[in-house]
Amino acid sequence: MMNYIWFGMMVIGVVVGVFTGNIEAVTQAAIDMAKVSVEIAIGLIGIMALWLGIMKIAEESGLISLIARGLRPIMIRLFPDVPADHPAMGSIVLNMSANMLGLGNAATPLGLKAMEELQELNPEKGTATNAMVMFLAINTSSVQFILPATVVALMGGVSSQIFIPTILATTCSTIAAIAAVKFLEKRKRFALPEADPANAEASTDGEGGND
Amino acid sequence: MIDSITWGLNEVAKYIIPLLLIGIPLYAMSIKRVKVYETFVVGAKDGFTIAIRIIPYLVAILVAVGMFRASGALDLLLQALAPVLTFVGFPPENLPLALMRPLSGSGSLGLLTDLVNEHGADSMYAKIGATMFGSSETTFYVIAVYFGSVGVMRSRHAIPAGLFADFVGAISAVFFCKLLLG
Repeated sequence: MMNYIWFGMMVIGVVVGVFTGNIEAVTQAAIDMAKVSVEIAIGLIGIMALWLGIMKIAEESGLISLIARGLRPIMIRLFPDVPADHPAMGSIVLNMSANMLGLGNAATPLGLKAMEELQELNPEKGTATNAMVMFLAINTSSVQFILPATVVALMGGVSSQIFIPTILATTCSTIAAIAAVKFLEKRKRFALPEADPANAEASTDGEGGND
Repeated sequence: MIDSITWGLNEVAKYIIPLLLIGIPLYAMSIKRVKVYETFVVGAKDGFTIAIRIIPYLVAILVAVGMFRASGALDLLLQALAPVLTFVGFPPENLPLALMRPLSGSGSLGLLTDLVNEHGADSMYAKIGATMFGSSETTFYVIAVYFGSVGVMRSRHAIPAGLFADFVGAISAVFFCKLLLG
């Protein structure tokens, strides 16, 4: 999937760029974005270090497992493959909370920590597990109780009007995300490799073998 | 009523981070006798490796998105879709933002700024746009970074599920704005 989307975006960019006369802008964008990517990653180092440090303290003090225990009934339904008291559960809960509160800066380090812990449970390291996909889907569609600071800055006094629509719209998108993941994870096209060895030869789309 | 709730929540939001920064070490130190300084440093060490590890994935996704954006392909798609959208009640003015949102955070913020500057923050276009912006995430970036950080190559159903959620989020933003603010 990623192979087609990635290559597709670049091909469309070049082809359309030739026809619209924007080809120089396309070239420039490729070079600029390569630079920007590294700047983003470097910028992340400090924030990551700060939150991972605080997280470590929360972990050592047992705070994370305390929070995770409170939400266990929901978590074991969303992530049936993750043991209820695995540290990943705590990181996932914290990432979700940070997202709901609009703390983007804190959400990323917590989310990456959660991914690392989910990866420990992954028997097939190069392939996403059901839990990882569920986590990402909830993460990107997250219910939002506090508007992003950028939106408040732009909208000024009108921000209060979009508070309720935002909560409702994000609730719908989160439900859609969970439903989509649950539905798609059972489809043969997206099945885990070891889940259906009988169908191994049926799946001939070029997804595998790129590493 | 809603005014004061929103104001209150955004006011509280200012204090969440400082409170976490002192609250967590305070709990750890006083109740569990954790050596907070040493523990912090151990945890913080991972920040560097994780940030460096995601660079190749970031370069891959952001370069592709950047090329796509700069080519003007989005405008072409928009022209093709505009009549259909007007027919189903989706304001065409909000389509660029809906399409840009999963691809690029700065790009979609730019489009939202355009909407506010052109139609005013009080316009329905701006309200729908701001709701859309708050309702979805830069799905491609998140998937690339999160999977990249652990070296997962095969993302399985993550992209279709994420895009479906973005789609539902955009439609819901239009629906609820028109219903509640129209």
